[in-house]
Amino acid sequence: MAKKLIKPVMSAEEAATHIKPGSSLMVGGFNYAGVPYTLIDALVAQGTDNLHLIANDTMYANEQHPEGIGHGKLVVNGQCRKVTASHIGLNKATQRLFNEGKLELELVPQGSFVERIRCGGFGLGGFLTPTGVGTIHEEGKQVLEVNGKKYILELPLKADVAIIRGYKADRWGNLTYFGTGRNFNPAMATAAKLVIAEVDAVLQQGDINPNDVVTPGMLVDILVLKGDGYYASRT
Amino acid sequence: MLPVLDEEVIRHRVAKRIALDFEDGAVVNLGIGIPTLVSDYLPEDVHVLLQTENGVVGAGPKPEVEDLRFIGAGGRCLSLLPGSCLVASDTSFGLIRGGHLDATVLGALEVDSHANLANWMIPGKMVPGMGGAMDLVTGAKAVYVATTHCDKKGRPKLVKECTLPLTGKGVVSVVVTEFCVMRKIDGRMVLCEIAPEVTQEELKADTTMDYDVSPDLAPMKGIE
Repeated sequence: MAKKLIKPVMSAEEAATHIKPGSSLMVGGFNYAGVPYTLIDALVAQGTDNLHLIANDTMYANEQHPEGIGHGKLVVNGQCRKVTASHIGLNKATQRLFNEGKLELELVPQGSFVERIRCGGFGLGGFLTPTGVGTIHEEGKQVLEVNGKKYILELPLKADVAIIRGYKADRWGNLTYFGTGRNFNPAMATAAKLVIAEVDAVLQQGDINPNDVVTPGMLVDILVLKGDGYYASRT
Repeated sequence: MLPVLDEEVIRHRVAKRIALDFEDGAVVNLGIGIPTLVSDYLPEDVHVLLQTENGVVGAGPKPEVEDLRFIGAGGRCLSLLPGSCLVASDTSFGLIRGGHLDATVLGALEVDSHANLANWMIPGKMVPGMGGAMDLVTGAKAVYVATTHCDKKGRPKLVKECTLPLTGKGVVSVVVTEFCVMRKIDGRMVLCEIAPEVTQEELKADTTMDYDVSPDLAPMKGIE
């Protein structure tokens, strides 16, 4: 079914009801920037579990913030069965749950992580990268030699839902980004069946210069305005 | 026995020495820890373009007013210099993997005789993830390792063979510690500079890495 041309603007709570238990879930962001904080808080409140979280990092959970920050909360709250990420070192819950055998963990070099998502979204069957050749990252993967050089075959990554963070949207779902908040968001917008974008503002169509659009609205399903939480309002 | 230097002296000495290697116009990615300090020591006439893997080319120092919408790869706020640009992660790693960076500077747990680097995990103890490190060491034209010569227990970090899981195989170009500069030349690690506090014999005693000594061995640059 075609996506709606005029995107519904929903509350974070209503949008979160579209994320079902057991879903694979891409979450945009690198460290503090470009994270859909308001949607995550709604998902935490909703308690949806058994998620496969696909995010660059699992943000923070430590002595100062035992409840976690951003999607780090989803891990602390026990809502994830699996995490695919490039870095989890700043979230003590991720390490602990993994060590206790309560969380499946797949670590991927950051460049391969984003490229796998790009492949997932762009109809490619995988890609060959020299990254990780000769390391334990090779284990369980095909290593191919092309023109005398070794490459790891990395496979595409897709998700049921992507929750991403944009700056401005128009009602057609066209998105711009701000600062270092762009990171993984445009790639994730291409690679999920359902794309929910949390944004600073929703404008009428035509109010974003087409030259400024990074993510075409045709990829986006639902728009949510960012809330006034501590990090949502500061990013 | 190698002398024990103050930790701050070590950090700044290593950072300063690496900064002296960069040419005007170089595009460089700086890792967390000692590597971050390298930007403080760039000579005034050398303009280096700092890249951060989360999407900045042309990063500047920490701003007076912090804004979480502009952060570096370590999560600290940064400023954007005039002429900088912002890119998404796929482009950022295209720049990294594609050989467009002149250098990357990273820390080490171990670096060995074959220019192998281990810096991302200690099995059973620390599994933070490799982040962008594996891509950086694979793609950058030069890989600089900034490290203390020995670990906190006094064991050499420049070892014969890495025992920890590798970040990259045969990727290291230059190793700088508080006591020496080692460069990979024709596939061999070569001692090129040595600090004034130590003799070659003392250095050798706390370095299990196999290395040659350059015929042009010089005093370590950047030490007043």
